[in-house]
Amino acid sequence: MTVHPIIAALKWHKAGVLLIVLQIALTLAIVSNAIFIISQRISVIQRPTGVVERDLFRVSQSFVGAPSGDDPASLDKLDALQLADLGILRQLPDVQSVAASDGMPLQGSIWVGGLALTADQKTPTSAAGLYYGDEHMRSTLGARLVAGRDFNAGEILHHTINSTVPSPVIIVSQALADKLYPHGDALGKTVYLDSKPTVIIGIVDRLQVANASTRPWVYMSVMAPVRLDGVNANYVVRAKPGRLLPAMQAARKALFAANRMRVMPDSWGIQSLTEIRDKAYRADRGMALLMGLICLILLGVTAAGIVGLTSFWVGQRHRQIGIRRALGARRIDILHYFHAENLLIAGVGVVVGAMLARGLNVWLMTQYEMARLPVTYMVTGVLAMLAIGQVAVFVPARRASLVPPVVATRAA
Amino acid sequence: MVPMLATTSEFFAMFKVPFQYGSAWTAADGSSRARVAVISSDLNDKLFGGANSVGKTLRLKDSDVRIVGVMKRWRPSPLFYDVRGGRFAEGQTSSFYVKPEGVFMPFFSGLEVNEGNFWQFTCWGKVATPGHLQDAPCVWVGLWVQLDSATKVADYRTFIANYAQQQKLLGRFANTDTRMPSLMQWLVFNHVVPSDVKLQTWLAFAFLAICLFNMIGLLLAKFLRRSSEIGVRRALGASRGAIFAQCLVEAGMVGVVGGIGGWLLTLLGLWLVRRQPVEYADLAHLDIGMFGLTLALAVAASLAAGLLPALRASRVAPALQLKTL
Repeated sequence: MTVHPIIAALKWHKAGVLLIVLQIALTLAIVSNAIFIISQRISVIQRPTGVVERDLFRVSQSFVGAPSGDDPASLDKLDALQLADLGILRQLPDVQSVAASDGMPLQGSIWVGGLALTADQKTPTSAAGLYYGDEHMRSTLGARLVAGRDFNAGEILHHTINSTVPSPVIIVSQALADKLYPHGDALGKTVYLDSKPTVIIGIVDRLQVANASTRPWVYMSVMAPVRLDGVNANYVVRAKPGRLLPAMQAARKALFAANRMRVMPDSWGIQSLTEIRDKAYRADRGMALLMGLICLILLGVTAAGIVGLTSFWVGQRHRQIGIRRALGARRIDILHYFHAENLLIAGVGVVVGAMLARGLNVWLMTQYEMARLPVTYMVTGVLAMLAIGQVAVFVPARRASLVPPVVATRAA
Repeated sequence: MVPMLATTSEFFAMFKVPFQYGSAWTAADGSSRARVAVISSDLNDKLFGGANSVGKTLRLKDSDVRIVGVMKRWRPSPLFYDVRGGRFAEGQTSSFYVKPEGVFMPFFSGLEVNEGNFWQFTCWGKVATPGHLQDAPCVWVGLWVQLDSATKVADYRTFIANYAQQQKLLGRFANTDTRMPSLMQWLVFNHVVPSDVKLQTWLAFAFLAICLFNMIGLLLAKFLRRSSEIGVRRALGASRGAIFAQCLVEAGMVGVVGGIGGWLLTLLGLWLVRRQPVEYADLAHLDIGMFGLTLALAVAASLAAGLLPALRASRVAPALQLKTL
């Protein structure tokens, strides 16, 4: 089939052709960028936290009328409240392990510290998210220890968040260890956490900081051997396999039975990591869903536009089609003609669209934290648009192919 | 737990807070550190079933405070006087659209009642007493100043700069950078429009553009398909203008019908937004002005889309079309 007659015929429909080309171009530009944004959101949602998420939950609550923690005696009282809670939780039949831990991945609020290699370093080598907790924290969270050891009970300090007492030992995430010591010899080294010396005694392979940040330091985590005393006390609990819900209910009941003077609301008091994850990524998921829906509608609208205009052309060329048929063209030739015509128009559309998509992507990169649109997305988008064009044109093209040759004999 | 704001009595007049019962506390209450409070209408509904609770006592932590005023429903959005730290939120600033605090207390009374339970915004030195704000080497207070003339603004800037210099000499402040943004500058600085919302706005307009191209194409097909009918009208004496007008009216009608369909879809969409667990969910309602604007935009867009097809239709030559009948 030669292209020349198709182009010649299209000259009679300049406006319509231009409209379809523009529509395909715009749709390609928007849909390919939108799908790229969706995939970025999904990869954020799916990235691992480094902890074993099944059967894990967090208890977060504050004591009513708690001691101030200003002097050693009242600090001990605060700590006793927390130790009592940990003891109660540990005795529950559905509970596998319990730890004092201020942090929980994706939970939202984090403590941040700066890590330096020397005492008098002006700017820290890396920022890191801090997890304060006791000797059971690492094992309860389920972060995998790849080098060194856990804290032992004797190393656990307890003080308020504002204390100036340094932690003599820490466990760091692999990402942080590599940042501090790129040659892989971080274990056993003395580093400076907020200008105070501390020794790296353990490395876990991955641990996300306690929020859903997309910043590069999201896997730079430090575990410090501190049971944080304060009005708020937070624990992480691992239920026995498959016993998450009963364990959560039992924990609520047992804690209130032991001490009524606490605030532990349903909304954030006791939450499984699944719920925490759900909340942390709600906005990302909503946005991905919305964009997906819009992409679908856009593709539908564009397909409908192609069907509409092609139907009109078929109607207009009714007689010409009849003449072609009378001159010996087969049905399949007519069908091919309209498919080829659409391929030609859509081809121009996707070339313009690919350029538009790139331009839109560059603009988005200046406005938002966006990466460069990968070529695979562009190619997939182009192929998808061409395929949609071919599918959309099928119905009118088929109708055209059914025009009987006898039409040619009727008066013009 | 109910959020509390410790502020001065001028807060209510400056921000024109409406009162249902009672009034704000007096300046004297403020300086005498009286245990008084103004509560929000939400809290009043919850605790007193919406009745006049002025004079009643509220137990706050370990203190009894007397209610002197109950606010009418007041819902600034964003909650501009609490906006801060938006630069660090990675565009996720929907929390700026929460409801106002439940309890408002005189500044120093509030500091005393909640002593030990405050979070500092950010600190540049060691905090001697945790949860204690006054004298802490921290950013812990937001100051709103109403200045009525440019001269006063300039004077106040100088005053602030001098104050910072003085405090640095005294050893209290670590640096002397001072900035005094206006309310709108402050909101922009804190990215009060969440980045997702901006993206959605762009998406909406892109969507509109594609729909417009689609509509132009379909109208073109629709009008030209009726070429013979138009030819008859032209032959019977209709002017080009009449054909043009007929086509535009049709396009406009499509816009109106589409707008009504859009209204139903809007109601459905708003219902879905209100079910979302986001801070601004209760703000999602059908704004008449906004809806009027979008309806007008829909009709205007349809008319604009109808221009080219209508022009083409009005150029249909009467004789040529009649021949094909």
